[in-house]
Amino acid sequence: MSIRLRKDFIPLTVEAAAALPAQMGIYEIADSEGRTLCFGYAGGRSRFGLRGEIEAQCANRRGQSAQFRYEVHMQYLTRYRELLMVYRADHGDMPPENLAPENLGRLRPDPIA
Amino acid sequence: MNFELSDEQALVVDMVRRFVREEIVPLEADLDPDAGDLPAEVHAGLVEKTKKMGLHGLDIPEEYGGPSLDLVTRTLIAIEVAQHRAGLYAPCYGVFGGAGLAQLYEANEDQKQRYLYPVLRGEKRGFFGLTEPSGGSDPSRATKTTAVRDGEDWILNGEKTFISGADKADFGITFARTDATPGRGGITCFIVDTDTPGFRVCRVVHTLRSAHYATELEFRDCRVPHANILGELNQGFAIANDRLSRNRIPYAAGCLGVAILAQKMAVEYAGIRETFGEPLAHRQSIQWMLVDNELEIRQARWLTLEAASKADRGLPFRTDAAMAKLVASEVGSQVVDRAIQIHGGYGVTKDLPLERWYREMRIRRIGEGASEVQRLIIARDLLGRSLH
Repeated sequence: MSIRLRKDFIPLTVEAAAALPAQMGIYEIADSEGRTLCFGYAGGRSRFGLRGEIEAQCANRRGQSAQFRYEVHMQYLTRYRELLMVYRADHGDMPPENLAPENLGRLRPDPIA
Repeated sequence: MNFELSDEQALVVDMVRRFVREEIVPLEADLDPDAGDLPAEVHAGLVEKTKKMGLHGLDIPEEYGGPSLDLVTRTLIAIEVAQHRAGLYAPCYGVFGGAGLAQLYEANEDQKQRYLYPVLRGEKRGFFGLTEPSGGSDPSRATKTTAVRDGEDWILNGEKTFISGADKADFGITFARTDATPGRGGITCFIVDTDTPGFRVCRVVHTLRSAHYATELEFRDCRVPHANILGELNQGFAIANDRLSRNRIPYAAGCLGVAILAQKMAVEYAGIRETFGEPLAHRQSIQWMLVDNELEIRQARWLTLEAASKADRGLPFRTDAAMAKLVASEVGSQVVDRAIQIHGGYGVTKDLPLERWYREMRIRRIGEGASEVQRLIIARDLLGRSLH
């Protein structure tokens, strides 16, 4: 399993969100150029899981051109933290729309992992 | 043997039980069901409360500022603090504090100044790094990480895996082979600062335990000063082994705490859930599950407290700790499994804590020495000889 998200982005639309599974997992929102805006997760208390979370992102970003990708992941909390740590290792900072969770650790992953 | 609680123990248990019910359980209604942390300000407030209760830093020796409690009392507390959703791997979210790394109490004064005291003051965190990709149950053979002397330093090369907390740590205690002779001799314990060039935390290892993850480490030409050897050169195995034995009693107590709460939930649910016009509790098949749970919990409780009692009295307790860990972790799995069965579909939802305990309890039969290793330890003591 790749540490970094490698899947292709999907345009962030209501239709794309409606087609998502209502399962737990993580997601990445990027601008139209593919620059990461934030990572998020659909946890055990998320209504309609990834579908509900991405629908909420659609509603909050109305008029903004954005895209997303996701993973269904039962260990959504550790995967979410891992993605934030990897992003910080790669870019030296957090994604623009994420605040660092308390006690976020430090990773130094292989550049190609 | 008398396992009636003393007045002081009963008071402490009651105080901790109320703390868990009144301060911890209500918070979990709003947390993610897999959460392993509290918001910092909430955590700090609860730490203040445990300090006022005189129960902070339970496992810290009295001479270093910890409360003066025997191991039986600390075991009773460990059973109580596990009785909530996150209780198996994050008992009370750590607000009772920890002992840090117990091995540091054996460090020399210079090492205590640099590592132990900052840990006790909450200024530094450490990790314990023993397991390698080649194995964790048999460190005397599985340790492939090497350390080669170079002047006043040692050069470490190798990998560790399933290491908790390394990504947040300022230093770690780790083990490397310093002598090519196979076996227990030739392994040395080193304290490694995590900002040392050549050390890195490569990745998160995702497991069934979703909140508190493990990590994978790499040492590549990592230069560690000779002054950072913990204990004696080539005697690191004793340090690793001591830690493993010592940890088995609280590890068993955590399993037991969760089993007790799962059983309580099962008993309550069996009394209110009706099928075919009668409560589940009227069905013999359910009664037998509850009876088996109760028998096994009492067996595990006896073994765990007996191990703690022997340790308190200065008697050998390695075999007793192995029995406690073996039985409590296996009983915990069985009790939670039966509790899920009694709850039916709700048992496997994230609405209830049972599914989390089911996943996390599975790890308990492997962590801190797998069930098979505990049986080896017990057999070795029964037969009075070293087994391969």
